[in-house]
Amino acid sequence: MLNAQSLKIIDKAVAKYPPDQKQSAVMAALAVAQDEKGWLSPEVMDFVASYLDMPPVAVYEVATFYGMYNLSPVGKYKLCLCTNLPCALSGAVEAAEHLKKKLGVDFNETTADGRFTLKEGECFGACGDAPVMLVNNKRMESFMTPESLDKLLAELK
Amino acid sequence: MSAMLKLEVDGREVEVPPGSTVMDAATQLGIFVPHFCYHKKLSIAANCRMCLVHVEKAPKPLPACATPATEGMKVWTQSAQAKQAQNGVMELLLINHPLDCPICDQGGECQLQDIAVGYGASESRYTEPKRVVMHKSMGALISAEEMTRCIHCTRCVRFGQEIAGVMELGMIGRGEHSEIVAFVGKSVDSELSGNMIDICPVGALTSKPFRYSARTWELSRRKSVAPHDSLGSNLIVQSKGSTVMRVVPLENEDLNECWISDRDRFSYEGLNAPDRLTQPMIRQGGTLKEVDWQTALEHAAKLLSDVRDQHGAAALGLLASPQSTLEELHLAQQLMRGLGSENIDFRLRQRDFSADGKRSGIPWLGMKVADIGRLDRVLIIGSYLRKDHPLLANRFRQAAKRNQEVNLVHVASDDPLIKLKTKLVVAPSDLPAALSRIVAAVAELKKLPRPAGITNLAIDEPSRAIAGSLVSGGSTAIFLGSTAEQHPEAARLHALAQEIALLCGAKVGFFGTAANSVGGYLANCVPGGAKGLNARAMLEAPRKAYVLLNLEPELDCHDPAAAMRAVKSADCVVALSSFRTRATEYAQVLLPVAPFTETSGSFVNTEGIRQSFNAVVKPLGEARPAWKVLRVLANNLGIPGFDFDSSESVRDVACRTADIPARLDNGISGIDLATAAGANQPASNALERIADVPIYFADAIVRRAESLQQTKDSREPRATMSPATAAKLGLSSGDSVRVRQGDGEAVVVLNLDEELPQNCVRLATAHPACSGLGPMFGEVSVERAG
Repeated sequence: MLNAQSLKIIDKAVAKYPPDQKQSAVMAALAVAQDEKGWLSPEVMDFVASYLDMPPVAVYEVATFYGMYNLSPVGKYKLCLCTNLPCALSGAVEAAEHLKKKLGVDFNETTADGRFTLKEGECFGACGDAPVMLVNNKRMESFMTPESLDKLLAELK
Repeated sequence: MSAMLKLEVDGREVEVPPGSTVMDAATQLGIFVPHFCYHKKLSIAANCRMCLVHVEKAPKPLPACATPATEGMKVWTQSAQAKQAQNGVMELLLINHPLDCPICDQGGECQLQDIAVGYGASESRYTEPKRVVMHKSMGALISAEEMTRCIHCTRCVRFGQEIAGVMELGMIGRGEHSEIVAFVGKSVDSELSGNMIDICPVGALTSKPFRYSARTWELSRRKSVAPHDSLGSNLIVQSKGSTVMRVVPLENEDLNECWISDRDRFSYEGLNAPDRLTQPMIRQGGTLKEVDWQTALEHAAKLLSDVRDQHGAAALGLLASPQSTLEELHLAQQLMRGLGSENIDFRLRQRDFSADGKRSGIPWLGMKVADIGRLDRVLIIGSYLRKDHPLLANRFRQAAKRNQEVNLVHVASDDPLIKLKTKLVVAPSDLPAALSRIVAAVAELKKLPRPAGITNLAIDEPSRAIAGSLVSGGSTAIFLGSTAEQHPEAARLHALAQEIALLCGAKVGFFGTAANSVGGYLANCVPGGAKGLNARAMLEAPRKAYVLLNLEPELDCHDPAAAMRAVKSADCVVALSSFRTRATEYAQVLLPVAPFTETSGSFVNTEGIRQSFNAVVKPLGEARPAWKVLRVLANNLGIPGFDFDSSESVRDVACRTADIPARLDNGISGIDLATAAGANQPASNALERIADVPIYFADAIVRRAESLQQTKDSREPRATMSPATAAKLGLSSGDSVRVRQGDGEAVVVLNLDEELPQNCVRLATAHPACSGLGPMFGEVSVERAG
């Protein structure tokens, strides 16, 4: 199901915990699986469950709890804009409007060319930089004014 | 043990052991603290917040279920602060809960409804739209059509994780988006799943078969006892008019705690099956016709006495189902003995009767069910534990989480969902040898001589591991399951288990195969004298006449093919049955008798407790309690000693409670422990059969329970073998194969199972698809079909 490279990273995560608590590595394993597959299909979650000796539904619980796991296919770039209160007060509403107009999609939708998926995120813990946006779960962008958004989108072609 | 803690709840003093919670203290005082997620048998979640109470010196109200009791603590469950907190939680819980009580199946027996009356406001202040949660599919037993009603207490999730041993439901999402689901595309398949319906405090999980068929307040309730496995779970059977509508557990901490298995819960559907026999029938001129009771009973009496007069009393035989009541078994054997025959048996799926006359007493559990939890080392021999004894399995499951080491030696690899210390899977023919090796290993560890017959055996690693576990304990027991009782060398397995027990100071116990496994012996429903034939002999040397009590020979006997040959060749078969079984093909007289809900009676469970119950509803149609039918039949035959006017008087003659303990004894003597080399080994190219009794085909009632028949456990049986064995035969998974045994055959789909022993085929018995086959163990051949 997953390639050797991914399994190697998962094994490293598993090794951090006692042998009878393999399931502690579930978040790491899901992140690795998602990096390889792009999203977490039921088959992938089932595989992670059997790999870590845990019930599939327990993996499903974790995968649905955290917003960074994709339970359906996403575009090449997943843009996750924080809309919690500090960001909202500092221009996230405007940023959201700008993004939706520019990309022609609403939240939880993917552009027709498959390039961008727009998501609404919860607080990323960087309110001083509000509004903030996460690109593909790993790259944090600060002060998302319409201008900086345009610059970013141009870069992410 | 440290000192008890003294605290005060609502101004009353109470003492609790350390580790108790405020909820425990309140419960001990009989003070009710409202709650939803708290359940005494489940772990503490403290997520519903309904049990908030006022604790002295605590700045905020605390959840009673999760707050440890401490010395000198002062708690108020009804103070202004507590009340305000509880009312606040109630308001929040009701925000998203639909106001659909009038159309909700839980209405009238709903914890949320009840508690809302006491703690809710009369009107909601919430005007925004309510949340909607899509319905879920969870299989044939649990309805999850209205998940909007769920309050996310997670009792069902914890039940799966902790009691059923398999987490089938989970709570996905977060916060307001939380939902209870099964994993994508999965159903809930646990054999204990129905308990989730009971513990759901709202109408989110409801009983699918019962749904919309009655209101709780329309039902009358009677206590009863489960007629399936040997535990004797206590039931509350609920009926409307003359129909049983639902079965729920009656709490009995010593036996079923507050649970029952799905078989006990949903089998009632079989009682209302369309093929219930409701009118006596006799065969005249080759065809069956319905007659009145008097005609039928006189006809039966005449046929039986004709056979006796022509062929002698030894030409008569009685086969009784171990699901029959104590009273029925007693009267049936008395009737047969009154006719002069000692061919009497209730042990229909047993193969080896060589222990008869060598046992010290009646085989039983060897201890109280509740004592299972106190054992620290256990060896279980030959048991599909989860499917044969769902709630005994739970006892081991809970104990194994503490300090019990459970070792399993079995012929199949089914996961008991118990944390096992050692699991050893061997071919049925190798089971005695496997036990012999354990005997040898235990003797070696104990530095004791090997018992006679256990010589020249190489001890292998698993035996050493099991022996090491058994000798290291303080309280050890060896249990023999259904497979061990049905095994062709059952007596030797019993004797070997006894040797292991003697060497390591353990007890021996039998799980028992059916509701009245012990009761059948007490009722003396076993062959007597030197010439009495047992269940096997009676079928292998067919009799001229049979009396069949509550059984379907092609499904209930060890060797269905032989059983059918025997009953079909008999001159006279008198079948007492609740259903129109295949006896309609061969019986001369069919007598409709009442199932357990329509008659009074008793079952003696595997720990030797006699439990009596009364009829819940009137017998259907012309059906009558079998004890009355047998009484009249005996009167017609002129057999004395049948002047009973109640089932209680039969019961007290059959066995008095006080006499039971003295008759229970698992000792055995005079069995040769040595297995002759190659005994039971099938010819080199033949395959060996491993047969299980599927949980929902074990007896006549459950076979007819429609919803249980739709579960995963009731799928068409498959032939299962190891990949190596399949490869040798050129077969692969999914192939349609023909399994031949004797003259019979079955065409089934092939499955592969890596853990199954080599050269074995597992194929269920007790299923109509396999009823043409022979014994549960023995040689079979398998080939590709078509």
